Amino acid sequence: MRSSGSGRRAAAGSPGFLRRSQPRYGEKAIKVLLVAASLVSLLTTAGIVIALIPPAVEFFGKVDFGEFITGTDWSPLFKPPHFGVLPLVTATLLVTLIALLVAVPLGLGAAVYLSEYADPRVRKFFKPVLEVLAGIPTVVYGFFALKAITPLLQNIWPTGDGPQVFNALSAGFVMGIMIIPTIASLAEDAMSAVPRALRDGAFALGSSRMQVSTRVVFPAALSGIVAAIVLGISRALGETMIVAIAAGGRPNLTFNPLEGMQTMTAFIAAAGIGDLPTGSTGYQTIFAVGSLLFAMTLVMNLVSIRLVRKYREVYE
Amino acid sequence: MSNVVDGDLTVAEGPGVPRLKGRGTPWRERFFEFSLLASLAVGVIFLGGLLTYVAVEGWPRLDSRLWTNFPDLINPANAGAQSAITGTIWVIGFTALYCLPTGVLTAIYLEEYANPNRWWNRAIEINIQNLAAVPSIVYGILGLGIISRGLGFGQTVLTASLTLSLLVLPVVIIAAREAIRAVPQSIRQASLALGATQWQTIWRQVLPAAVPGMATGSILALSRAIGEAAPLLLLGGLTFITFNPTGVHSQFTVLPIQIFNWISQSRAEFTALASAAIVILLVILLAMNSLAIWLRNHYSRRW
Repeated sequence: MRSSGSGRRAAAGSPGFLRRSQPRYGEKAIKVLLVAASLVSLLTTAGIVIALIPPAVEFFGKVDFGEFITGTDWSPLFKPPHFGVLPLVTATLLVTLIALLVAVPLGLGAAVYLSEYADPRVRKFFKPVLEVLAGIPTVVYGFFALKAITPLLQNIWPTGDGPQVFNALSAGFVMGIMIIPTIASLAEDAMSAVPRALRDGAFALGSSRMQVSTRVVFPAALSGIVAAIVLGISRALGETMIVAIAAGGRPNLTFNPLEGMQTMTAFIAAAGIGDLPTGSTGYQTIFAVGSLLFAMTLVMNLVSIRLVRKYREVYE
Repeated sequence: MSNVVDGDLTVAEGPGVPRLKGRGTPWRERFFEFSLLASLAVGVIFLGGLLTYVAVEGWPRLDSRLWTNFPDLINPANAGAQSAITGTIWVIGFTALYCLPTGVLTAIYLEEYANPNRWWNRAIEINIQNLAAVPSIVYGILGLGIISRGLGFGQTVLTASLTLSLLVLPVVIIAAREAIRAVPQSIRQASLALGATQWQTIWRQVLPAAVPGMATGSILALSRAIGEAAPLLLLGGLTFITFNPTGVHSQFTVLPIQIFNWISQSRAEFTALASAAIVILLVILLAMNSLAIWLRNHYSRRW
């Protein structure tokens, strides 16, 4: 009954001269049950791949991959249909970029403050605020973007042509606020993992708190900070409800954030609502666009996981 | 030098001691600290604005019609969200039933049994970390392609709760692992030294000590599931439903989807209705979050 290999639990195994009175089948059965539970998460990934790939392959049997990846017209349910995914991709990237312009400075600022400046009382106030911000459903963020932020932008817009009713700007801005807690908490973890001795050394050399924060702690925590940002990108790429509500449902190849546009996720949601028949090309587009989205976020997630591992290895 | 560190340069600027003048000028230090604080303040102001907005917009419509009536797209004054509220209870109840045991068992395996040097155990870990960041709409595609159409479960409470439980499973696992890891090694060693088997040690020593942490994580995971709308859009959640679910094979709608439906209506009455439903959703979530934080503070043990 030696537990599987790990040295620290060697005490569980019996020394050779002591004979066990009975084999413990119960213990074995429990372990089998635990392993079975762990397999569920592996099966989930397998399930995602199995769900995505076959319909996507069928889709590319009918639609030229070159047209898909370079085409500038996305109208899969029209006659004749066009399957150029670029408008969806550029919309996704534009909204993500706006969200990052909001979330990266604010999230990192929050992280530096909480890690290097805040005394416990201030932390006790701000931490729950960030937790609540992280817990608000995205449909609520979308509602706020469409009904409050967009009218506000239209009112304060200095020149004539303000944002349209559906626009990438307010969706991206609200998405940025939504991502702040993700970036702030991961970046703060990374900065807190920087050993105290580094800070003390810099203070002893006469550095100010700002110098310690920006020139010692920030570079030392850089891999964790980049991991936080990359995870933020992944969340922005995959966010659905905010863009489906506030950025509109019309594919639109533009970089003007004041116009409405449909992102990849918003398209998947819109096509999914339609309850299309299994096997139709329209149904398969969900999986083709879904595969592209899954691949993009997978790359981001793996980079982020790798970077977090790196700083943990250095400091923990 | 301490004057410089404190940012108080009155002494340093005196005529006698010009050498002590700091390199970083105090206004720059103050500006830096102020902008850090301001970046947190943006979040606070946004949150305050959002809560105020939905409360003000939703207030006139926040009455018993909301939970006694069913959706009505012709006459908004009659519309309510009862089918969505009961639907949420059904779906989340079954989600908890599926994902909490699976998540806790996985966490026990990874923390107490798995040897982290084996590649398959590392693969399970990386896989869980990745799953935690897979977009929720992709879980919707999994539910649509495999659970709803592949297995033929259709657009039912069962499909929705299976999909949501896979979605929040990584959250449950990660929280439960942290709770188990917080139990000191010496407790396990003492138990094993007294002759307990590994499972007796886990069941009678580790798990009781880890329950508060697991409960906190589980509540937070379920509150994420309650607010989730995107995957359920693909699973028939937006169908016009004017009845309460009667079983796992019933069709369903849930509160966030009902809100989405009302947002898409152009008439102003529906905006008020959406706000009122958002107030209810947020009250439920805040109550769950408070319970989680209370559990964490009240039962957490320092070893």
